[in-house]
Parts: sequence; structure tokens; C-alpha cells
Amino acid sequence: MKIDVAGIILAGGGSDRLGVLTSERAASAMPIAGCYRAIDFTLSNMTNSGIKKAAVITQYNSRSLRDHLSSSKWWDFGRKQGGLFVFSPFTSKDGNLWFRGTSDSIYQNMPFLHRSSEEYVLIVNGNGIYKMDYSNFLDYHIETGADITIAYQKSNDRDPSKAGMLELDHEGVITNFEEKPVVSDYNKMSLGIYILKRELLIQLLEETVPNNFYDITRDIIIRYLKKLKICGYEFSGYWSAVNDIESYLNLNMDFLNKEVRAEILDTYPYIYTKPKDEPPAKYNPGADVKKAIIGDGAILNGLVENSVLFRKVYVGDHSVIKNSVIMEDSHIGNNCHIENAIIDKEATISDNKHIIGTLEEPYIVPKGTRI
Amino acid sequence: MVKKEMVAMLLAGGQGSRLGILTKNNAKPAVSFGGKYRIIDFPMSNCINSGVDTVGVLTQYMPLFLNRHIGIGIPWDLDRQSGGVTVLAPHIKGEKGEWYSGTANAIYQNMPYLEEYSPEYVLILAGDHIYKMDYSNMLKFHKKNGCDATIAVLEVDISEASRFGIMNTDENDCIYEFEEKPEHPKNNLASMGIYIFNWKELKAALIEDHDEHSDSDFGKHIIPKMLGEGKTLYAYRFNDYWKDVGTIESYWQANMELIKSLPEFNLYEDLWPIYTDTVKTQPQYCSESSHVKTSLISAGCEIYGTVINSVLSPGVIVHAGAHVRDSIIMDDCIIHENVTIERCIVDRNSEIGSGTVIGVGDNIPNEKYPHIYDTGITVIGENSTVPADITIGKNCVIYGEALLSDFVGNALPSGAGIVKDGDKI
Repeated sequence: MKIDVAGIILAGGGSDRLGVLTSERAASAMPIAGCYRAIDFTLSNMTNSGIKKAAVITQYNSRSLRDHLSSSKWWDFGRKQGGLFVFSPFTSKDGNLWFRGTSDSIYQNMPFLHRSSEEYVLIVNGNGIYKMDYSNFLDYHIETGADITIAYQKSNDRDPSKAGMLELDHEGVITNFEEKPVVSDYNKMSLGIYILKRELLIQLLEETVPNNFYDITRDIIIRYLKKLKICGYEFSGYWSAVNDIESYLNLNMDFLNKEVRAEILDTYPYIYTKPKDEPPAKYNPGADVKKAIIGDGAILNGLVENSVLFRKVYVGDHSVIKNSVIMEDSHIGNNCHIENAIIDKEATISDNKHIIGTLEEPYIVPKGTRI
Repeated sequence: MVKKEMVAMLLAGGQGSRLGILTKNNAKPAVSFGGKYRIIDFPMSNCINSGVDTVGVLTQYMPLFLNRHIGIGIPWDLDRQSGGVTVLAPHIKGEKGEWYSGTANAIYQNMPYLEEYSPEYVLILAGDHIYKMDYSNMLKFHKKNGCDATIAVLEVDISEASRFGIMNTDENDCIYEFEEKPEHPKNNLASMGIYIFNWKELKAALIEDHDEHSDSDFGKHIIPKMLGEGKTLYAYRFNDYWKDVGTIESYWQANMELIKSLPEFNLYEDLWPIYTDTVKTQPQYCSESSHVKTSLISAGCEIYGTVINSVLSPGVIVHAGAHVRDSIIMDDCIIHENVTIERCIVDRNSEIGSGTVIGVGDNIPNEKYPHIYDTGITVIGENSTVPADITIGKNCVIYGEALLSDFVGNALPSGAGIVKDGDKI
């Protein structure tokens, strides 16, 4: 069913912590689970929740993301009403250019908010990997009469220094919000998913950004915590985010679990991505695949174990691949041994090469490299 | 006025009766091939790859799945502002409705569609062959010869020539005679059912022939008529892979050829992609207990058992302990624990109960349809279920929800069948 919400996906973040993997792409464009990009998850959640209009705000290395979003029809956004809007920093006569923060990136695209007629705006990060029906989130927001609602997840083992940590009262109102604390007394982690009325968002941005307050969390949520009613909405499904090498590797490996695949990929409504028309994967006589995800168009001649292989990966005779992520169109020659590695797109590993990292520090082969 | 140089007309109405239960509810062009494809994807992809962007698809037999598959042509980039794909179904004209009674009759009935595009040339295609062909080269050949029609031909072994429509040609490949399945072939150039006509000439021939033959057919009527009238027809030689997958055995063989290390028909090249309606994008997963060799496995499959020499369509689940060998398993089938399947075709959305064994025993042809099921391949139709712990022989056919009580002594001997024509969907 249609819901009266316009979506905003913040896809501007690069991440230094992803190293060479994001030297040419945004974190939101990182390849996930054999055939997806990170942003497919939030885009699909929006379309599956009945959101008809979405803006993707890009900044950092947006070429690869724009390439992926070149047609909005794969996520059902190619419509006369609504549609997908992709924004990048631009120069106008007022001189504004590079976004100075999350609030600023929306503020600089204020015409999108002014020209929309939807009553609510949903703001999410483009690097989150999860399946959420945002219409339930909206219902909760309306039910509690909150000004802003933030989705959170209970977490006892995640590093608080990468997230915002919340304290809620018994009515679900957020009473304290710590941004990336080194140690926290709270176990509720903000997922960076916000919903509020469009008019309120416009008002808050106009109150903050011109006064050099550029960040949603720091300059709106935390500063207005006592002034507005800001509630928490618990999300108990699978959730992860592409933040750094470790989280990237781990979340890809999460898809080797049947429960994760069942929840995120195999139940309707599905996660959509740009189809690439590769033929089925081909297992030749030497193939031996154990606990692995294989993308379409792969040709396998060797051993693959506990790994995620994307589309069109070629694995040569007698090669061994373990605990690794191998991205699209990479070519692994004969007699290679690859373990604890992340091999980016279109890399070529020639015969007899050993590429071995550790669990803590995976060996990373940048895009297009020949070894 | 819209003007297209060449419009393709794709004949997709045939049943393909020798594919048995596989075409019970589905036209042959909609039968799955090579895991993720449908047979019609090959001529459709050839059209767009050749720059033919206006395609009429003529449907008649069981078109539901085919219609949904084609949609507005998005997978083939045939959703166009002008032209694109149009599904052309038989329809009522004036007072009475009329089926397509022959290949040429089907085109005759859709002349208004062609007139919309004022084409110079019309390309006639069959919807049931596996091949990659650049029709723009055939058009160049046609133009160079300045002829009225060009027929694509394949050089076949002279000993097999009597199975085909044979073109007798002069040294320039100009056709002087056409013989349908000649007893004593003079030539080995077999018609592939692919024609380019000058639309003006074809239109005149269709109108004239309609008065003579109510079942107007290209091979039987139009080509002989044009030759008789002294029109110029050329044979265009095609030397690449081309397969008619008209029988259970040839269909099975053509699928099996794809899994060779170096198949004759290569799906893995970027220059001539074959497009299809990608209904599943999920990746495939092989578990710790899986064992997969010499097979094609499609998106969304989950393999916990053994798969050898087989082709699996998207969304197939093979549970632990199951053995699938020399078989074709189509979309969303579930093969339960400890099932053994050998030389079998399982159509989409079917389920095989745990412990069941399929494809054992003597090679006795099917008792009811010996001309369809006679090479040892057992076929399970779409949306069917087979209960657990059953032993099924060769050349068997099962369709519908087979119950334990349908089997005598928990077995179905070679050549037997269980076909339930219920309303089960």
C-alpha cells in the first residue's frame, strides 16, 4: 500500500576505514552477498514499504553509485508519480559546494523537500544491510505522537564507538543520546533511521544549518532532545552496516547463514538489484564448493570454501579459495591459494599465486589489479 | 508516420507436442532452457542484438506464461517509444473469431500491425530454436542480392536431409526449387524457418494465397508460390550452432551440451548476450555437505546434496543426501532428503518426497506415448508432487499431485505414467 512518506537515502559517506575498497566507490555502492550493492537494501525496503519517491544524496566517489542507479526501474521507481532523485554537490551562484555534513547535504537540496507533498520524510543511511517495513515504523511514529522517531537495536556486543547509543524511558522516549562513545552505559544502538514530518524537517534545517550546525545526530537529535519528543523504535531483525573492512567482511559472511539468507533474501518482498543477465554459474569437473555463495556467470574449476563469490568470477584448476570475498569479474588462475582475502572487481590473479591474509587483517587486492 | 526498415514476426503459437508433459500448460517457446532461459529468449535477444527493435510475437497455444514472460519487453530493451514488442493473439474480426491456421495465415491476420510500421522488409522467425544469429547480416545479404525473399539455411548431413525442407540452389545460392522432406534430396541446405521478405511482395502473396489456402503456410504455400511466379529467392547460409529442441531427447541433449567444459554453444560471452526475465536475483548457496560437479546452477538455488551433470533453474532446493545426476530440474523445485534422480526432467514448482528414487530399471518405452518417452528419460510435469520412498522407472511421466495410493507396491515401473488432470495449480 502507498504511504505518505518521501525517502532520503544518505549515500554520501565514503569511509576511510574501508581503505582502497572505497577509493573509487561510495560505501553505499559496496558489493554485498554475491550480487547486490549496499544501497539495494534501503532502496528495496522503501519500494516494498510503499514509498513512491526517494532521493539519494551522493557525494563521495559517486560514479559507481550513479552507474548502479542509472535506471530506477529495477526498484520500481521509474514512475510518472514520484520516482528516484539522485543529488550530488553542485555549485550555484551562492557558491555552495561540498556537503559539510548530513544536515547540510539535505539543506542544500531543500527544493526537494519544498516541492514534495508527502507529509513525512524518512531519512536512512545507504550503507545499512537489513530488511524493514518502514510502514510499521511510520505507524509507530504516529501512534506515539513523537516529533521524531529513531530506529534502534539492542546490542550488547557491538562497539559503541561506531554508533549512537540511546537511553529510553519506559514510554519509549529517548532521554539520553551518546554519539560514538568509547564506553557506554546504554545497550540500545541507533540505526541512523529517522522519521519526522516534512515541515518539521524543513524548520529544523533552517534553524541549524545557516548557523553552522551541519550534522543530523549531533546538531539536531542531541541538541533538540529536551525540546522535542524523540522516540525510539525497536527493530529486532538482522541489521549490519558497511563501516570498515571488518564489518564488510563479516556481513558478507553473515549471508552464509541460512537464517540470514532466509530473512533478508528468500522471503517476499525481495531485495531488488540491477539485473546483469549473466548465465547460470558453471561447475566444471574440478569444482568443489563448500559453504559458499556463488554469483551468476561464475565458472568454477577449483575449491571454494566459506567464501562469497560475486558474478562472473573465474576460478582456475586446482586453485583453493577460503574465507574470502571475491568481487565481480575477477579472474583467479590455476594453482592459486587465496585465504582471508578481499579481492576487488576485475582483478586478475595469475597462476600459482598465494594470497594469504589473516582473519584480523584480510589481504586486500584493489580493483583491477594484476598479480 | 512511423517507419521501420524491418519488423520481426516471431511465431510463438506452437504447442511442440513431442515435448510431452512439458508443453501441457505451456507453449514450446516458453519452455525453460539452460537453467534460467526460456526458448523464446534466443530469437528475442537475437532481434535486439541485431538492431531489430520492432517485434510482433504471435501467440496461440497456452499463452499465459509466455505473455507474462514477455510483458512489455523490458528484459530485451524492447520497451520502446515506437515499436518494441507487441503480443499478437488470435482475435475476433467482424462476426467471427479465427485461430491462426498456418504460419503464413498468422501473418496474414496481422497485416494491420505490420502496416502501422510501413516496413521495407519483414523478418519471419520461429520461436522454438536455440541459436545466435545476426539478422542484420542476413538483411545485408538480402539487399545485396536485390531479391524478393531470403531463406536462412543450414548445411545438414545429406543422409538426414530428407527430414527437412530442402532448398535446391544454383552456384550463387539462388533458389530454383523447394522440396519439403524429399525422399531423394538433391541438396543439403535445410530451411531454418527464418525468412526475410520484401513486405510489398509478401503482402501480395499472403492476400492471394489466403483465397486458395485457408491454412496458408510459408513452406507449403508461400515459398512454392513465389518460386512459381518467378520471384528471386536466395538461400542465406548459416554455419553456427542451431538446435531444434523439439523432442524430449534433443531437449535433454542440448541442455547437457551446455555443461561441457568447452560447450559448442557459449552462453558466457559478452558480445551477444542472451536476455531473459530475471525473476530471481538471489545468489546461490552450496553448503558444507554439498557436492556439485559439471553442472549449471542458477540464482537462488540452495544445494545441500549432490548434483552431477545437471542443469538447475533458479530457486531449486536440493536437500542433504539427495543425488541428482544427468537431469534437468526447473524453477523452484524441491528435492527432499535422500532422493536419487537420474536422467530425469522435473518441470517447475514440483516436489519430490524424501527417499524416492527416479530413473531406475529397464529402458521400456512409455506404454501410452512411446513416440515421446522412449530414450530412458522420465519427466515430472509442473506443479507436481511425488510422495516419499517411491521407486520410479525410466520413460515414466507424472503430472499433478501423485499420492501414495497411486503407486502399486510403492513403485512405478518403467514406461508407466500417472497424469492427473485436476484443477491443482
